[in-house]
Amino acid sequence: MTDRPDNRFVDDAPFDPQASIQQLERADLDAPNWLLVWRKFRTHKLGLISGVFLFLCYVMLPFAGFIAPYGPNDRNGEHLYAPPQSVNWFYEGKFVGPHVYPIVAEADLETFQWKFVPDTDDPRPIRFFCEGSEYRLAGLVKVDTHLFCAPDGATLFLWGSDRLGRDIFSRILYGAQLSLTVGLIGISVSFFLGILFGSVAGYFGGRIDWTINRVIEILRSLPELPLWLALSAAVPSNWSPVAVFFIISIILGILDWPGLARSVRAKFLSLREEEYVRAAEMMGASSGRVIRKHLLPNFMSHLIASATLSIPAMILGETALSFLGLGLRAPAVSWGVMLNDAQNLASIEIYPWTAIPMLPIIVIVLAFNFLGDGLRDSLDPYQQ
Amino acid sequence: MVMLRYAVYRFFTMLLTLLVVSVLVFVIINLPPGDYLSNQIAELQASGQSAGVAKAEFLRAEYALDRPMWEQYLIWAGFWPGPHGFSGLIQGNYGWSFEFDRPVSEIVGDTLWLTVVVNLAAILFVYAVALPLGVLAAARSRTWIDYTSAFVGYLGLATPNFLLALILFYYGHQYFNLPIGGLMDPSFEGEPMSWAKLKSILIHLIVPTFVIGTSGASAMMQRLRANMLDELGKPYVETAIAKGMAPSRMLTKYPLRVAFNPFVADIGNLLPSMVSGSVLVSVVLGLQTIGPTLLTALKTQDQFLSAFILMFVALLTLIGTMISDILLVMLDPRIRYEGREA
Repeated sequence: MTDRPDNRFVDDAPFDPQASIQQLERADLDAPNWLLVWRKFRTHKLGLISGVFLFLCYVMLPFAGFIAPYGPNDRNGEHLYAPPQSVNWFYEGKFVGPHVYPIVAEADLETFQWKFVPDTDDPRPIRFFCEGSEYRLAGLVKVDTHLFCAPDGATLFLWGSDRLGRDIFSRILYGAQLSLTVGLIGISVSFFLGILFGSVAGYFGGRIDWTINRVIEILRSLPELPLWLALSAAVPSNWSPVAVFFIISIILGILDWPGLARSVRAKFLSLREEEYVRAAEMMGASSGRVIRKHLLPNFMSHLIASATLSIPAMILGETALSFLGLGLRAPAVSWGVMLNDAQNLASIEIYPWTAIPMLPIIVIVLAFNFLGDGLRDSLDPYQQ
Repeated sequence: MVMLRYAVYRFFTMLLTLLVVSVLVFVIINLPPGDYLSNQIAELQASGQSAGVAKAEFLRAEYALDRPMWEQYLIWAGFWPGPHGFSGLIQGNYGWSFEFDRPVSEIVGDTLWLTVVVNLAAILFVYAVALPLGVLAAARSRTWIDYTSAFVGYLGLATPNFLLALILFYYGHQYFNLPIGGLMDPSFEGEPMSWAKLKSILIHLIVPTFVIGTSGASAMMQRLRANMLDELGKPYVETAIAKGMAPSRMLTKYPLRVAFNPFVADIGNLLPSMVSGSVLVSVVLGLQTIGPTLLTALKTQDQFLSAFILMFVALLTLIGTMISDILLVMLDPRIRYEGREA
């Protein structure tokens, strides 16, 4: 580098006008596939936001107990069906930090309902990093510190309380632990079965293909919900909630694989004729190796995208089953179990907040759909 | 002629599938440990009512429940002589409901055709909504019409059916004075068909149809839109526009016809989920379809009743799929008639 007298810097190296262009292309050509996918995915704003949101949701799961002010089954006998309380920041025009007003139940002798009246003269600040009911962090360590809890002598029902006086907000957080993992477990089962049967059918063809195809057709032509109902009715009612939960998610997975298997099979049918497959076979690779090393990586990304798109169906399935009382049962907490309370018109009319768990369901399902769409669009980075 | 051969072929595959389905259904129904009668016998013995036990034992023998599983299946389906000779599903004997203490055919009776009506209405709704909206969204892609319909469609896919049902019922009743619950006014139940009854059924059908059809309609709409967009980019469309064809005529005459095939074929894929949706929605809304009966039957292990309902639902789906397959062949001469042998 040369320092010119007029304070300019000039590079001594000869200037190559093509260099900058080539460099870019070079880097792009060398870039690993995931980088290309990532670059394209980044432009899909909705998918990106949904992905980040879902990531945060899943990261939150082990810490649900920390964020929730109450335990999932803490009952407050004096506040049954309490409406949502609002958090205020200003009291009489002055900033006093987040606080709530204690609510007192009063019997309404005309409608025979409890009415909850907030005492607006008595602001009580919300406590942070306080001690509350005990829970297990990530299911392991026993702790009793919460991010925030109710002020002394008052309650903190952000989204109201249910018929037993349990905090709906806390229960939604705990319910997420089951409702969100149902989809993951179910999809793993369906992924495994779908790839296994789809690849075997597509790769070997012939009689195996015919048989698997018929099975797929039969399973696809059956209405799923009655089958789910029948299968989950078969789960003994004396099993522990956790066992029921696993069985339910496995059932959801077992009935979901045919769709995946079909697309895997279609891909295999066309790919198995490729030269590189022939080459691998000639060199003595076993069929298992050809399938795993040469064929599957070709469209693994595509499979992941379609798996993302079928997780919502499982979450909705669990909700529907629990809602009907055939899925998870209390004391397990899931969004479907919570919605069980909102089963009739009366509760929607009088206690509309018992239907709040539908909001996280809708948001999560939408997010999975957008994420799946984004992934599908960006997984083939060479296609414009 | 080839057409007819295909229809016959398709019919026989359907029968075969139905056979497999019946085995599946029977196995699933018998999965839970114990059955209705042995539960009852245990209960009666515990309370020391020997007369009831004798009756239950009699029923056990009467319905061949004391035989091995495979024999039970064959008797139930009607391939094997039971205690009363050949008397199973194919002979038109649907079995006995222990829970209601009446023949299954009596219990399901009226609800069967109401189930068919609800599902038919839902399918019509799907077509009526998805077709115009899908085409419009594609023709005016990237405008507010497109975005609005996509948003509503996504929302329709994401909202759990049963909640949509409750909410629509509530608001429908409050603002439009729609009736709540049931499929007809209670005064018409058991009455012969009349105009007033028909009208009552139609009004009661509005919300259920909407609820059952929404997710299907939005899925269908999105697919039709994608197909249309693929077609709209093709040179022949450009040619038609360049030659000065009116846009609406051009749209319906060429791209729509091509995009229409998957639209028809899809109903086969859609039907299973719609039928299951209708079961769930019926439970929530208290419709007199087989949904609520199925739920009680499953919960009380009333095996003949639930097995028959499952079979009926499967049959409904299979017939729907078959019709859509045949329609597809009629619409698209390029599709091969014979079953594809891989």
